[in-house]
Amino acid sequence: MTAVENQGQPSSAAPAIELKGISKAFGPVQANKDISIRVMPGTVHGIIGENGAGKSTLMSILFGFYKADAGEIFINGNLTQIPDSQAAISAGIGMVFQHFKLVQNFTVLENVILGTEDGAMLRTSLSKARTELERLSEEYELHVDPDELIEELSVGHQQRVEILKALYRKAEILILDEPTGVLTPAEADHLFRILDNLRAEGKTIILITHKLREIMHITDTVSVMRRGEMTATVKTAETSPEELAELMVGRKVLLRVDKAPAKPGKPILEVSNLQVTDEDGVKRLKGIDLHVRAGEILGIAGVSGNGQSALLHVLGGVTQATGEVKINGTPLPLTGPKANGRTRREAGISHVPEDRHREGLILEFSAWENMAFGYHHDPAYQSGLLMNNKAIREDTVKKMELFDVRPPIPTISAKSFSGGNQQKLVLAREIERDPDLLLVGQPTRGVDIGAIEFIHQQLIELRDSGKAILLVSVELDEIMSLSDRIAVMFDGKIMGERLPSETNETELGLLMAGMSGEAA
Amino acid sequence: MDLETLLQVLDSTIRLATPLLLACLAGLFSERAGIFDIGLEGKMLAAAFFSGAVAYTTGTVWLGLLAGIAASLTLSGIHGLASITFRGNQLISGVAINFLASGMTVVIAEDWFRQGGRTPSLVGDARFKPIELPLSGIDIPLIGPIYTDLISGHTILVYLALLLVPASWWLLYRTRFGLRLRAVGENPAAVDTAGINVTGLRFAAVGICGVLCGIAGAYLATALQAGFVKEMSAGRGFIALAALIFAKWRPWHALVACLLFGLLQALSLRPDVVTAMTSFDVPVQLLDALPYILTVVILAGFVGKAIPPRAGGEPYVKEQ
Repeated sequence: MTAVENQGQPSSAAPAIELKGISKAFGPVQANKDISIRVMPGTVHGIIGENGAGKSTLMSILFGFYKADAGEIFINGNLTQIPDSQAAISAGIGMVFQHFKLVQNFTVLENVILGTEDGAMLRTSLSKARTELERLSEEYELHVDPDELIEELSVGHQQRVEILKALYRKAEILILDEPTGVLTPAEADHLFRILDNLRAEGKTIILITHKLREIMHITDTVSVMRRGEMTATVKTAETSPEELAELMVGRKVLLRVDKAPAKPGKPILEVSNLQVTDEDGVKRLKGIDLHVRAGEILGIAGVSGNGQSALLHVLGGVTQATGEVKINGTPLPLTGPKANGRTRREAGISHVPEDRHREGLILEFSAWENMAFGYHHDPAYQSGLLMNNKAIREDTVKKMELFDVRPPIPTISAKSFSGGNQQKLVLAREIERDPDLLLVGQPTRGVDIGAIEFIHQQLIELRDSGKAILLVSVELDEIMSLSDRIAVMFDGKIMGERLPSETNETELGLLMAGMSGEAA
Repeated sequence: MDLETLLQVLDSTIRLATPLLLACLAGLFSERAGIFDIGLEGKMLAAAFFSGAVAYTTGTVWLGLLAGIAASLTLSGIHGLASITFRGNQLISGVAINFLASGMTVVIAEDWFRQGGRTPSLVGDARFKPIELPLSGIDIPLIGPIYTDLISGHTILVYLALLLVPASWWLLYRTRFGLRLRAVGENPAAVDTAGINVTGLRFAAVGICGVLCGIAGAYLATALQAGFVKEMSAGRGFIALAALIFAKWRPWHALVACLLFGLLQALSLRPDVVTAMTSFDVPVQLLDALPYILTVVILAGFVGKAIPPRAGGEPYVKEQ
């Protein structure tokens, strides 16, 4: 497939950025294949693609992290060499990484001047930066206290510092890599206002994201990447989310989740006054009350770090807690040696952890070994004193085929599978145990669109077969489309419960930010 | 306890705190840049030997000092190469340097001087001499003796070490270099994306560490004592590390921590004073052990939460 150039802007001005024939390989993996793209000044240009499509590699080349094997970079029409970040900065390129590059115990001001100090003494740089920062924050609604330490700032404010850093370095071209992944909806809206202001001032913005909604909302032009290639560049106004999804995946994708109304039965999980204090003495859960009935999905919405992980850990038997948890009317042990993952599984709870790399899988181990974790006591997996490895392998193949894990080879290590297939492995292990209650955290984090569709269908099928599901996700879209009821967590408490049909993102966003339901 | 005894104890506190302070500041620069250095001990020992040997051979203490710094810098270079360039484990590299110095100094000393692994005693210009500050001996009650006996009469290296405290503070908190150095120990990715060379910055820090350790070692052999003896660093590198944690990686606090350790070492030299003060017959062995006991207590984390530089001990690998 050849790259399609952006013919959209009939302008006499040179493109702010033009890439011609960029290729980059890491060993046998061709991360970028002959990529060409033109980004016009004063526009927001979206780059969209699945994980591993090569978006980040391309931007790293532009920011001087990697050297391209072939190809040329033109900035404002001039051929430019970008051997390192310093060169990128001098060329007027600023980058806001997905994981912020800030020094946590430095002030905002110190972070802004780092690397671009005037002279060997700090005093003059700091006072100059202070005035400049005031001007920039006024101009672009980028308000932050210059003397605050980074570690005291919210994630949204830290992101503003990253943008200020780029602007302070006189960046005319701003690259943002997955900027909304960690933001509340309100913070994301504010970010888009900032981007609007920047565009109005003539800055050029490249927005890398996998969220179709953001692309449709803010960009002027959008380029789609698939497997290292640029498959299309289109004007945003002339395309649709469905078309973009198809371009990303290479086939038609169902973006909406089709589901019948829930037919909830008796309560499966009943939680009352659940409290957790962590090792540092911080209260993670401050009295949680909730219930999940058979045949329904309870979605827990919230910005990450507000106690959702603690909730999953307690219910999954990973951490100890106080309060009461009943499953099918029987209380579960919350403290002592009985409060562990095995007794939870025996009680009919399966757990798909939030972080599949750290908690869901052992990446170095093979798929079949991973399939036995947590269920290694299963008599079907035993033969006398020894593990019946053959039986486990056969069982693994069966489950891999049921869940469309590709390739369905049980002997290759978990780390060799793509994110989506790793997640399907974990889901296959937990769902096929026929649990009464499935705990599932971030089921589609780092999973490509095609696999998301499959995973959502599996969860709906499980619900329709009369099982209870507790779903934790930071993706509000996912919560809205899958849940039968939505509970919003903030600061270790449930802020409120809503029906998806009777609420909207604004209301949930306010609850997620800790505002009470009445104010919404 | 009379004023004279007190001044004697404090005077020896300063002398004994000096090598600790130099090593502690050395560690501070290295660790603030994200390179853990448990090889302070080995670098001091190597510097002590080479400064003693060269001072004896040439009869000039300044050449001895330079030789000590060169020896320590060489070991720093090895540590830098292993932990920065080749991204090796910083603890293992530090342990290796300690073993290397411990064995090498004795073997070379035996080969060169045939005195059982020590250098001959240093005399005359081969040793740093106390400096009598102007106006010492001035006859004012209280202030006179304090000035003459406590403040005046130390070697140049003692005054240098004390001056290095404000100098380090100023360098770390008031200059561009200091800002970058502290940043690279906290988040090297932030430094890298700001267009600054992480490797160069870390080597600079390790280099400063080498120079300061070199001075510390030379002080041991050519100022505190007259010549090198086997294992003469006697765990001071590790005590300096404990002081560094106690000081939470801050220069002024490092001074206080090192003076505390120096005081404990000074007291162990004067059991009579301790006995007089406590009216107990405190065993000398216990006094000798005190600095090390305090070290263990500090390293075990009994002094409150000390947060080391966040990127400490981690080689920097550019993520994609």
